[in-house]
Amino acid sequence: MKHGETAGSARHWFLAGMMGIFSLPATILMLSFVGFCAFTAQAGIPVEQVVFMVGAVWALPAKVILVSSILGGANVLTAFIAVTLSSIRLMPMVAALVPEIRTQRTPTWLLLLLSHFVAITAWVFAMERVQSVPRERRIVFFAGFGITLVLANMTLVAVVYQFVTEFPPIVAGCLFFLTPVYFLASIWSSARHPVIYVALAVGLVAGPVFYWVAPEFDILLAGVGGGTVAWLAERSWRQRKEARA
Amino acid sequence: MTVLEGWWAYVFIAIAGWLATDIWRWLGVLAGNRLREDSEALNWVRAVATALVAAVIAKLVLYPTGVLEQSPLWLRLGSVVAGAVAFFAARQKPAIGIATAIGVLAVGLYALGF
Repeated sequence: MKHGETAGSARHWFLAGMMGIFSLPATILMLSFVGFCAFTAQAGIPVEQVVFMVGAVWALPAKVILVSSILGGANVLTAFIAVTLSSIRLMPMVAALVPEIRTQRTPTWLLLLLSHFVAITAWVFAMERVQSVPRERRIVFFAGFGITLVLANMTLVAVVYQFVTEFPPIVAGCLFFLTPVYFLASIWSSARHPVIYVALAVGLVAGPVFYWVAPEFDILLAGVGGGTVAWLAERSWRQRKEARA
Repeated sequence: MTVLEGWWAYVFIAIAGWLATDIWRWLGVLAGNRLREDSEALNWVRAVATALVAAVIAKLVLYPTGVLEQSPLWLRLGSVVAGAVAFFAARQKPAIGIATAIGVLAVGLYALGF
């Protein structure tokens, strides 16, 4: 493995990924999980089910919808539809990440396995950090980060469940607000393609507009519609610039 | 409010939670595997993924759940704007923008008697 020597060992990059648990995004996500834990504890969902949910579902918005469905007495099919509709966004997110982390020799089964660890935070973190990781080590780096983050949050929820009752309202409010603010700052500062800025701006406007027009499908419509508009706008701007140059 | 019990709870979570989310992740792998890194198609996928996340962000700010549901919209928008100003003034350091936005929100909530 001559190649591996120049890039640093796989173990080194797995550990580097694991150390991502001490990053700002991981901290914010863990704080959000404390909030989620309080929500389930107040709703009376048994702690074993909550821990299982964290590992099995992982994406936080999907879990909130799953818990709401359970509490509302939905049957398994209705709950499945609600959760699956809210999770379509995972597909383009994974599709955008895969070309960044695979090499020509990466087996598909490994990508299928590791895709489970993709949710918004891991995605934002990975898209931001993999640039500084040698390509043949990106998979191990992402595995180290993703697996550690899931296990840490399962442990966190199991431990914290006993202690969370009511947060002071200001703390609860600020915990909630960390997530959108972090996503905004991180996506903007880590964008490496001009289309990202345009899509971010268009999505921020399209989200509320579609919530108003078609609340059941707002996120999906804002993503596909807004994303396409952003892509067309950025492409025509790029082509005009190239034509002038 | 309903709470599921016994083994059925785990089957329920596995079907309506695990399978319902992982299907899209698997389709994402299959789609992403066909995308070349410098292709226009990947640019479109990037735009869609980013716009989706942006829509989630906007919804969290405009239609929050829990404590913030009772907070005024101007405070939430004001916090985001203050955070954005600090973010750009500090040469796009995420931590500065985040700390400013949360600080403004906390002060505002306190002043409003939360």
